[in-house]
Amino acid sequence: MRFPDVAVAQGATLLLSGPSGCGKSTWLALMAGLVRPTSGRLVVAGQVLNDLDSVATDAWRASVVGFLPQKLHLSAALTVRQNLALAQWAAGIAEDRAAIDAALDALGVAEFSDRKPAQLSGGQAQRVALARAVLQQPKVILADEPSASLDDDAAADAVALLLATARSQTATLVIATHDTRVAALLAAESADCAGLQRLQLLRNPP
Amino acid sequence: MKTLTLAWTYLWSRPLAAALNLLLLSLGLASITFLILVSHQLDKAFERDLQGIDLVVGAKGSPMQLILSGVFHIDVPPGNVSLKAVLELEKHPLVAQVIPLSLGDSFQGFRIVGSSHDYITHYRAQLAQGKLWTQPMQVVLGAIAARKLGMAVGQTFVGSHGLAAGGHAHGENFYTVVGVLAPSGSVLDRLILTDSASVWQVHEEHGPDDEDEKAHLLEQREVTLALLRYKTPLAAMSFPRYINSQTGMQAAAPALEITRLLSMLGLGTDVLRAFAGVLLLTAGLSVFIALWSAVRERRGDLALLRMLGAPPFKLAALLLLEALWLGLLAAALGLLAGQGMATALGWLLRLDNSLLVGGMVWPPALWLVPALALGVAMLAALLPALGAYRVSVLELLQGR
Repeated sequence: MRFPDVAVAQGATLLLSGPSGCGKSTWLALMAGLVRPTSGRLVVAGQVLNDLDSVATDAWRASVVGFLPQKLHLSAALTVRQNLALAQWAAGIAEDRAAIDAALDALGVAEFSDRKPAQLSGGQAQRVALARAVLQQPKVILADEPSASLDDDAAADAVALLLATARSQTATLVIATHDTRVAALLAAESADCAGLQRLQLLRNPP
Repeated sequence: MKTLTLAWTYLWSRPLAAALNLLLLSLGLASITFLILVSHQLDKAFERDLQGIDLVVGAKGSPMQLILSGVFHIDVPPGNVSLKAVLELEKHPLVAQVIPLSLGDSFQGFRIVGSSHDYITHYRAQLAQGKLWTQPMQVVLGAIAARKLGMAVGQTFVGSHGLAAGGHAHGENFYTVVGVLAPSGSVLDRLILTDSASVWQVHEEHGPDDEDEKAHLLEQREVTLALLRYKTPLAAMSFPRYINSQTGMQAAAPALEITRLLSMLGLGTDVLRAFAGVLLLTAGLSVFIALWSAVRERRGDLALLRMLGAPPFKLAALLLLEALWLGLLAAALGLLAGQGMATALGWLLRLDNSLLVGGMVWPPALWLVPALALGVAMLAALLPALGAYRVSVLELLQGR
């Protein structure tokens, strides 16, 4: 696969769009250091990823990249707070309750901290997943199809929340989606600031 | 959050599967614990109590019964034999030593054994307090008997007829405790030892009045059995046959009888061992299936953990630890249950005073049980852990 060059300023927003199968997943995996580019130069948040070994990449990803997966993947066996603690465990850092509470509070889901994910509504669960993504105050937030299976209002809320969260942390936000509503929502939300970029991926020739 | 806590939480996130696996593993381990305990204790009992006894001579009957009653003091003896006939054996050129034993009475479930000082010397028992008996009606208590009866030197008691507690008391024939043995680990620990003459005195209506009667009584006196030591191992070839054919008595060779007993038990232990093996195998498979499906189920969660920065070995470690917890729990439960089963067996067979079988001991071979538990758990977790190690994050991103 081959991707066009793109440079995004720290704190800006990138809309990654294109039909399914065009390589959005691979693009995200590249940004997260999960896949190594075979050629070209990849710099994320000031780090050249080409020559980082796998252990260092894992550590780098834990501290720099926040990820909001499409299917949230909150662990059903754990409470909301434990789910955030799990992120700190994965990152290999000591559990920091204050940071967890602050992250939950910032997204307005502190009151659910002792609930299990199954006891949350879809919107609440997404907020918890976002809280988990920004727990380590990442420089880059990757959101994978954040509006999938949401109705118009909820999709608008989700996009607004992502933008607001990214801005409050001056994190670069990447939204990968094939949902055409997101482009419009982003355009509306980002009208006042110029930091919106688009990267349209086309179906790669086989 | 600690990896250990996390593994624990994940283990119990599916309580039914975890409980089933725990049950299976524990049952297998309990059977193995039980087997190890019983065979270890039997071996030890045979080794310490049979030491130096080449032959047991007693009344005709079951040779096994003779050994069990005469050496281990756990069965009733087949009957009595004449003292004179037993003393004759002492003169036989192949015999090094004869220790006559007189059984029949007990005190609160502890057998009163009439014998000579040779019996104590044979087991190399040492006195903890007091002295050995010097005249009839003086007794020396074995260490366990003394502790359980709560008796010390100077106290007196009346024996009761029969080997189990509850026989009628022997009127005014008081025994006096003159000594207590130090624990020797042998059968002596749970016996009340006295002179053979005490047993005769208790059971004869009245003592001999004159020399004639004394000689007559001597002629009539009986002992229950005698423990024999050969001068040469070659005696084993001919001596038992001599006893069985030339005298009215029966000879039982402990080595032979114990081999017979063990081969009888052997079938039982083989079945139990096979059962334990099958249980462990099933448990291992069940743990494997549970972990394997856990990995499949949590594929997305695991991939997300990679996305959150967890290196692959951390995910594998999480899986292994989950199995390790299961193994540890099962080892603890299995050991407890196995010890409980051994205790129950000892209690059921009323061997609680016999030291033959019981729980709450830890032979070195028992370390096999926790080792086995962890081994099975680790083995079962190996493939699932590899699966966790290799979990692909791209699948997560592709939303599959």
